[in-house]
Amino acid sequence: MFDLALTDEQDQLVAAYQGLFERECDPEVVRQAEEDGGFSAALWARIGELGGVDMALPETAGGAGAQLLDVALVAELVGRYLAPVPLVEAVAATRLLASLGTDAASALLADVLASGAPVTLTPRKAVGDELRWVPAGRVAEVVVARQGDRVIAVSGDQPVAPSNLGALPVADRRVGADALTLAEGPAAVAAFEDAVLEWRGLTGATLVGAGLRSVEIGVAYTTERHAFGVPIASFQTIAHRLADSRTALDGAQLLSRKAAWAADANEPRWRALSQMAFVMADESAEKAVDEVLHFHGGYGFTLEYDIQLYFRRIKAWALQVGDRAKELERVADYIWGPPPGRAVA
Amino acid sequence: MDFTLGPEAEALRKEVREFAAERLSDEIYDRMVETGTYYDADFARAMGQRGWIAAGWPEAEGGSGRTWTEQNVLGDEMGRVEAPIDAVGTTMLIAATLRMFGTPEQKETIMKPAVKGEVVIALGYSEPGSGSDAAAARTRAVRDGDEWVINGEKMFTTLAQVADYVFLLTRTNPDAKKHRGLTTFLVPTTSPGFSISAVRTMGGERTNITTYEDVRVPDSLRVGDVDGGWGVAAAALELEHGGSYGGGIETSLEVALAHAAQPDEDGHRLIDDPSVRARLARAAMEAEVSSLLGLRAGWMQATGQRPLAEGSMAKVYSSEAFSRACSDLLDIFGPEALRRTRGMGEHSVGQIEHNYRHSQVTRIYAGTSEIHRSIIAEGGMGLPRTRRSE
Repeated sequence: MFDLALTDEQDQLVAAYQGLFERECDPEVVRQAEEDGGFSAALWARIGELGGVDMALPETAGGAGAQLLDVALVAELVGRYLAPVPLVEAVAATRLLASLGTDAASALLADVLASGAPVTLTPRKAVGDELRWVPAGRVAEVVVARQGDRVIAVSGDQPVAPSNLGALPVADRRVGADALTLAEGPAAVAAFEDAVLEWRGLTGATLVGAGLRSVEIGVAYTTERHAFGVPIASFQTIAHRLADSRTALDGAQLLSRKAAWAADANEPRWRALSQMAFVMADESAEKAVDEVLHFHGGYGFTLEYDIQLYFRRIKAWALQVGDRAKELERVADYIWGPPPGRAVA
Repeated sequence: MDFTLGPEAEALRKEVREFAAERLSDEIYDRMVETGTYYDADFARAMGQRGWIAAGWPEAEGGSGRTWTEQNVLGDEMGRVEAPIDAVGTTMLIAATLRMFGTPEQKETIMKPAVKGEVVIALGYSEPGSGSDAAAARTRAVRDGDEWVINGEKMFTTLAQVADYVFLLTRTNPDAKKHRGLTTFLVPTTSPGFSISAVRTMGGERTNITTYEDVRVPDSLRVGDVDGGWGVAAAALELEHGGSYGGGIETSLEVALAHAAQPDEDGHRLIDDPSVRARLARAAMEAEVSSLLGLRAGWMQATGQRPLAEGSMAKVYSSEAFSRACSDLLDIFGPEALRRTRGMGEHSVGQIEHNYRHSQVTRIYAGTSEIHRSIIAEGGMGLPRTRRSE
């Protein structure tokens, strides 16, 4: 029956990652990573030691057999600490490799797990031999992508990584002649699209964590900052907007956790819920950080304050998924099916 | 984590649907719309017989020992069909308050029949000059031997026209600090000097002004201590907070979907239009969030975690989402949505039009959105008080 409590194992998992990020991912680490292309190799190594990438793989595929819900809990922490590591990308990509089940995919999965190098997947199909704006594409040794009705693995090319709003390690990649076909046909494409949907849901969990942390920063700042002789949080326009942000983000967190739970339980609604979870998290996190930045007055606009890190990262994470309006339409597609004559947006 | 409500709750859902379908008729909905009285004595008694009014209480106390998820389903299903149970809701709030503060006699003669659907209680907090600031009540009660003499006026005493009692917040000590001079009573609506004047609303429901002119109430109908009324009223108010309007969004969405899926003469369907799909999707998403916030508050309550801010979050989010959804869903139909029909229990676009009007009051009663935001900010987030107090 309905129960929102974490299990002891989940409590331990959360405590382990929270401890790691507290120690090794303070805002100075985040700022330094912005200079280093949006990635911290040291933190990635620590994540590997904790078994971050393979935790949600079946034990038969070399994983710890954890659930997607467990990953969502960790993803919330990635967002909360703005951790510069492509964890959600790697989890979604390796789970895909495990679910494809072909020899090529299994062999690649074994290689990836052995090397510990970042692996990613991309929601955008190859156009010709180009893969544009690949999440974590700057640092991933292997990119799992879709080209027509083939699921392919790209590696060994030279990433082209533009400077960007959130200092994300996003990059263009190129499908070389040596790209590996992992699987093909409708079942392979469906598995690929489901993996991308898992990634969208996990990105939602990341946004939830970043949004909730933004609200906490807002609470601390507006309680400390005085104007007209009182803390500015005692003005209802500030207190009530913070309350609305927190409420929406609590809702987004519940939805994100339910979506992951539904995917684990193979509930038919998991696709609709995952898509909703992304949209709800995107909208509520952006609104929250936008207001909290504003409540900082001019200080929020300076690089010295952490809130600008959250402001830029939240929008960038969402843009990396795509156009918000299209993402909302996709919710309709998953609930009621796409309109006649087209596939899911 | 588990997001299912359990097999017992799903079984009860089926039972409630059958119960409602059997008893709700066009006649009942017509009468509700005509009179604005969202109450039906037979329906309430039938619920009481099943132990569905105080569903969470043990059978020995007139309940049916239902789990919190079963209670949630019960409320949800009754809400979806707009069952005539508003008075059951107000009555139950006070029955639960009496369970905490009532005398043995009050429990026997008022609480027990109340949970069987045989006694109706209306809420008398608001006054012409005070609403959100309920503790500013000025209605006076003055002791006279074993009786109290009450004078004053209450606003929004909804359902007083069918009530046996009004649960009245009065000022008994004007010299004490605002919250310390209040006492609560159960005032029989048959009392000499008690009068009702109807007030009709934009949403359709009728409310009232109730007037108290030298109304004499025996001390045995005082609830709680003399000058201790704020503690009683605050507990009753907290019972009222929480709840979710997700079911109202879902009902409106179902109606909109059914009509948007009908092809027009050229074969076009509204549901194939991207902007229509976006609005339907938003309503579905916000209904899901509303329901989850409500379930979280219920789960916390059931597991001994006091959901003060969380209940407020469910209430403020879901009522505001309800208004948003009704507005968006009406827009889909353009001028067709102007048409006003009975609305209630109708499965027509007119039902969304009705909900659009009705949803406005869901952001006001049981604590305005502003009061709830302050509870979230202060009680849940540790922000300083934003309301001045004398």
